[in-house]
Amino acid sequence: MENEDVGILVVDDELVVRDSLYNWFREDGYEVDTAEDAKEALKKLQRRPWDIVLLDIKMPGMDGMELQKRIKEIDPNIIVIMITAYASVDTAVQALKEGAFDYITKPFDPDDMGHLIRNAVAQRRLTTENIQLRQKIDELSRFDEIIGESPSMNRVFELIDTVAQSDATVVIHGESGTGKELVARAIHSNSPRRYFPIIPVNCGALPEGILESEIFGHEKGAFTGAQYRRKGKLEMADGGTLFLDEIGNISMKTLMDLLRVLETKKFTRLGGSQEITVDFRVICATNQNLEKMVEENTFREDLYYRINVFSIFLPPLRERRSDVPLLAKHFVQKYALAMNKQVNEISPDAMDLLVRYDWRGNVRELENAIERAMVVGKPPRIVAEDLPFQLSAKRSIPSADSLEEIEKAHIRNILERTAWNISRAAEILKIERVTLYNRIKKYGLRR
Amino acid sequence: MSLIYVIPINFSQNSLLNPLRERISITFHEETRVVFLPIDPAFAYDRGRNQYNSSLLLAQLVEMKPKDTHRILGVTDLDLFIPILTFVFGEAQLGGPAAVVSIYRLKNQFYGLPRDNTLLLKRLEKEAIHELGHTFGLVHCRNDLCVMKTSTYVENIDLKPVRLCQACLRTYSEKLVTRPA
Repeated sequence: MENEDVGILVVDDELVVRDSLYNWFREDGYEVDTAEDAKEALKKLQRRPWDIVLLDIKMPGMDGMELQKRIKEIDPNIIVIMITAYASVDTAVQALKEGAFDYITKPFDPDDMGHLIRNAVAQRRLTTENIQLRQKIDELSRFDEIIGESPSMNRVFELIDTVAQSDATVVIHGESGTGKELVARAIHSNSPRRYFPIIPVNCGALPEGILESEIFGHEKGAFTGAQYRRKGKLEMADGGTLFLDEIGNISMKTLMDLLRVLETKKFTRLGGSQEITVDFRVICATNQNLEKMVEENTFREDLYYRINVFSIFLPPLRERRSDVPLLAKHFVQKYALAMNKQVNEISPDAMDLLVRYDWRGNVRELENAIERAMVVGKPPRIVAEDLPFQLSAKRSIPSADSLEEIEKAHIRNILERTAWNISRAAEILKIERVTLYNRIKKYGLRR
Repeated sequence: MSLIYVIPINFSQNSLLNPLRERISITFHEETRVVFLPIDPAFAYDRGRNQYNSSLLLAQLVEMKPKDTHRILGVTDLDLFIPILTFVFGEAQLGGPAAVVSIYRLKNQFYGLPRDNTLLLKRLEKEAIHELGHTFGLVHCRNDLCVMKTSTYVENIDLKPVRLCQACLRTYSEKLVTRPA
């Protein structure tokens, strides 16, 4: 905000004061106007927005105190500075209580006046910035990032809407790659906490000790290498949302500590003694069956009931195939822009493959497939040959008639898709690992 | 031809007048003259504040200015004020013909320091150019190396140079072309 962008309105019944301030501010390059009473001031305030109003407390007719209230009704963010004589300091203090930015006593020191106006301009700039940022956040607070029109996704959108306004803990269930973090962000950015941060913690990615330090923070010297005090994710999430991804992977000890924090909203940093109070909402995500884990004593039952207030189940992509074309087009647009490539279509046979494919890696796998196709594909469209799984997809419909041939092709297909991860392939095929090994041997399958 | 006039009003430091005149002339490229006008500042005296109202002095200067005046600058020993401020080093009519500068608070003695006429002249030159700059339509400049930088302490005056920065020089030239007095 340059000085010429700042509008100052001087309201004082004394001509000499109006003139002096008018000249003083004009020399500083501000846009200035004056009003001799409340009536004229209100007229000028209606005509255009002003950033700062300098207001004499004692004026005939409507006084400065009353005028301040009227000004705040017109624009609650306007900066009001009261001008007062020594005799009316009490009134000035009252004006401060009613929202005036500051007051200045006549006659004032040139330096005090300069400081006061600079501070007022800085305050006004911050307020304006804050309003603009909030507007931007509000604009982003939609579900733009989550793509889907299928009934199951519409149900998810409804649930996000419902739970966002509350402060309830949410558990998002879904296979890897279904977009659990996007849902968590959508809940946060549509909640009253949206002006504060959402802090994600990937519980599955960190070893126990480090995870504890990540979540709770630590004091200097708490452990070898802790050279500085460090705030944990809990403190960073104060006022906002803590997103615990892969909650099923947290150790029992950390779970116990976490349970205590969720219940009391109080904790101490590692190696610290000072209790810290925080205010945050918790959203968890998991691709595991927590209920089953509770039964198997690998997840704490009390924590499970503490967090399982509201659940959202994200359907795997293969269960909402009607969304695949929409998602695929979205990713094509995204990467066309990022790669500056004139590819903006998907051929019908490629789209057919995309829709029929099983997408064990869900939306993430689809996005990767499109990204790869965008790299290898030629403008103006992606064709079936650009897709990474076209061969295996073709193999998935073998021309052979015998059951053995079909089984062999299917097992090879799954093994290729899982990069020969035997456990994963066995899981998909719903057979024991040893059975899979036997089949590989029987059919002479090799990498 | 129009001129810049320097008018001493209760001004005791006559030795400063000629160098000041030269400095103004060099800065604004205009012929500058020192002229003594019969101005009695008593009318601008405020008994309650024991100071002189600079706005009233400006009005008097405008009234008494010679016909060929382009700009007129009063220089005085008197302690000046405008009603809302406790004091001013000087005052100018933004884009108008008149300005006034006081050396009352430019003197080292005012701050309990030994007399220093060289420093006093530097301060007077800077304030004179600053106020005359306002009469040419220049507003306060953010550049620390510009005489149009605002000064509320005498130390601020000492920190800035006596010259206009490039941006203010450009503005000054433009205003002179588009809005001659």
